[in-house]
Amino acid sequence: MRNYDEETLAVLLRTLPAAPTAWVKAAQEIPLARRGLDDIVERARSDIAFREALFLDAESTLDEAGYDHDPALVEAVREHLSP
Amino acid sequence: MAVAETDAQLVARCRTGDDDAWRELVDRFSRYVYAIAVQAFRLPEADAEDVFQEVFARAYQNLPKLRNDAAIRPWLAQLTRRLCLDTIRAGAREQPGEIPEPVGVDDTIARLDEALFVHDALATLPDNCQEILDRFFARDESYRLIGDALDIPAGTIASRISRCLVKLRSELEGRKHVPAESGG
Repeated sequence: MRNYDEETLAVLLRTLPAAPTAWVKAAQEIPLARRGLDDIVERARSDIAFREALFLDAESTLDEAGYDHDPALVEAVREHLSP
Repeated sequence: MAVAETDAQLVARCRTGDDDAWRELVDRFSRYVYAIAVQAFRLPEADAEDVFQEVFARAYQNLPKLRNDAAIRPWLAQLTRRLCLDTIRAGAREQPGEIPEPVGVDDTIARLDEALFVHDALATLPDNCQEILDRFFARDESYRLIGDALDIPAGTIASRISRCLVKLRSELEGRKHVPAESGG
């Protein structure tokens, strides 16, 4: 069994720095992206009426536009569109 | 002390479409994938980011095909390795002949495997220990910065780090590091 003295542990802990936060977040949003997050955000940025409707009632707006409107997707849309 | 979910349990949860499980899986392996790209293959940041996103996109897509849920780590390592090589080859199209892997990739990945093993053990320690060890070692923060962030006197940081390292060592004593094998 390897001897994990303080120096060894310090070296091994230093070996794995955190990946950039934005990369991790983007990877974590892959399931949401598959459910249309990117499309929704792009449309909201170019279509003011759609954007305003999202702010007023995201669930119904997404539903009417034919998107899945599960809570995680709605929350991610709001987060991406918040100033 | 927290009992960490095994890799196999986490993968199984991802397969049910649980978004929280996917976020946790990315969180668990993001450092590893990142380190393979930038340490083993020395990719520039922009290329490393492309590889990083592609690895997780393909992992998400192909998770249902994984034959052995417990082998997610070597599977991700192999996928990252292949995509890093593709990136290097694409960037060197003008050069004739086969582009070899950089020297020492196997050794570096073995070292990263062991570092991930230690990180997994770290994840079972109390939150305050995880935070202080990660800030000091992985994020290279000063005693003052850590003290300010965690609202504890800077003069006590060294002793806290030492105590947390003892806990980490104790946690590792009950575990066995298994070198990676191919799992895809």
